[in-house]
Amino acid sequence: MRHIGRRLFLAEAGTALLAAPAMARTVSLPFANGERPLVRYQQKRPMIRLTSRPPQLETPFNVFREGAITPNDAFFVRYHLSDLPLAVDGSTHRLVIGGHVDKPLSLSLERLKRDFPVQEVVAVNQCSGNSRGFIDPRVGGGQLGNGAMGNARWRGVPLKALLDAAGVRAGARQVTFNGLDNPPIDSIPDFVKALDIDHARDGEVLVAWGMNGEDLPFLNGYPLRLVVPGHYGTYWIKHLSEIMVVDADYGGYWMKTAYRIPDNDCACVPPGGKPDKTRPIGRLNVRSFVTSHVDGERVRAGRAVTLGGIAFNGGSGIAGVAVSTDGGANWRQADLGEDLGGYSFRQWRVSLSLPRGKHVVQVRATGRDGEVQPMEPRWQPAGYMRNVVETLTLSAA
Amino acid sequence: MSGARIVMLAAAAVTLIAAAKPYALPNEPDIALPFAGEDADLVRANCSGCHSLDYITTQPRGKGVQFWRDSVTKMVNVYGAPVAKTDAERIAVALGNAR
Repeated sequence: MRHIGRRLFLAEAGTALLAAPAMARTVSLPFANGERPLVRYQQKRPMIRLTSRPPQLETPFNVFREGAITPNDAFFVRYHLSDLPLAVDGSTHRLVIGGHVDKPLSLSLERLKRDFPVQEVVAVNQCSGNSRGFIDPRVGGGQLGNGAMGNARWRGVPLKALLDAAGVRAGARQVTFNGLDNPPIDSIPDFVKALDIDHARDGEVLVAWGMNGEDLPFLNGYPLRLVVPGHYGTYWIKHLSEIMVVDADYGGYWMKTAYRIPDNDCACVPPGGKPDKTRPIGRLNVRSFVTSHVDGERVRAGRAVTLGGIAFNGGSGIAGVAVSTDGGANWRQADLGEDLGGYSFRQWRVSLSLPRGKHVVQVRATGRDGEVQPMEPRWQPAGYMRNVVETLTLSAA
Repeated sequence: MSGARIVMLAAAAVTLIAAAKPYALPNEPDIALPFAGEDADLVRANCSGCHSLDYITTQPRGKGVQFWRDSVTKMVNVYGAPVAKTDAERIAVALGNAR
């Protein structure tokens, strides 16, 4: 098998490019055709730009070294539709809750914050297609490195409290979510997602305005976004404006056709194959990354080297992280950092001493639900849910 | 009205204006296609109405004509992109044969 690390060259195009700050630097993601500009957007530090209209920005991987929480100004950005609500005003914005309910609501931000219980959760938001650029054979779609993920402390109102206030009527099946972003032409289906009614009322799904103690940055959904802990980012609707309870399974394009995965235990098919049956993408699978070192980095031979990183899964939390330097024959358990809850990044570290030479280092996380990262990559046509054990090479000298 | 009060009101007004100021995206960059001429013009004319062309140029290379035919077909059939049939095929061939 071919091991691809997370090497991220910061290829400085030059040192005297201050005159052209927007395009002064590029990044080479470690897959073919992976050259990307580093671009500064309002409220963001320089980010790896995948596309400009609509904006899709990836977090430079070294940001994940900074801690278990991803800073707002480095949090990844993903839109589907290019008509963005650039002039949205938090003081006049309204969130409508309607459909199969007794008492439709139209709530200002002020009322949301004042009239309902406020709740916080630390949770990972990861794009379904995070790491798609590493999929082999390659598939179409956003060619992302590993930076379409982030972990934040979200603050908002439990969706359950809003649905209870609106009075969900008997026979409700799903709840749909729409934001203010719109398609550039009417024939493109609006980006609307749905959750089953029991999921929507589980008390954990939030309508959030706060992110790491601040308002949501515009590109992360200001003034409100849905937070669906443990679930892929596709459900985390930004600029949230409309919540509708429906008495049937919602049949919109972004649920019925897009964001589908093979409906089997591994959510996978043989590379190049097609699934017989599909289901909507759901919970995050278990992943872990080394953040302390990059692929190809040199370390001191025969001295203690502290390797560290992050691990996460769909909510059961991380039971353990182990590191192997012999191709998976032996594994050393890492020490886990502070537990910020089952939906959060969990930091880990382990001390190694490496003799002179090249060493292939692999990191593997296990969830409290027993799920273990696979040693071989799984494949699906849309390139979602990559979670193979990550590998990097260290040179001890 | 006292001077201090005027200053406070002015500060509040500035805050309100700041809050209502639209978010400004950077200018869209010019994206170089891997070919020039009429085919490039055709891609620009048909694709850039709905999305920036980096959606195209960041895709894996060497996936062949069928990969791009599928993609253009999806744009037309699923997203309703107004692309003439002959243009759609020519775009797919140009992108599929680009190196």
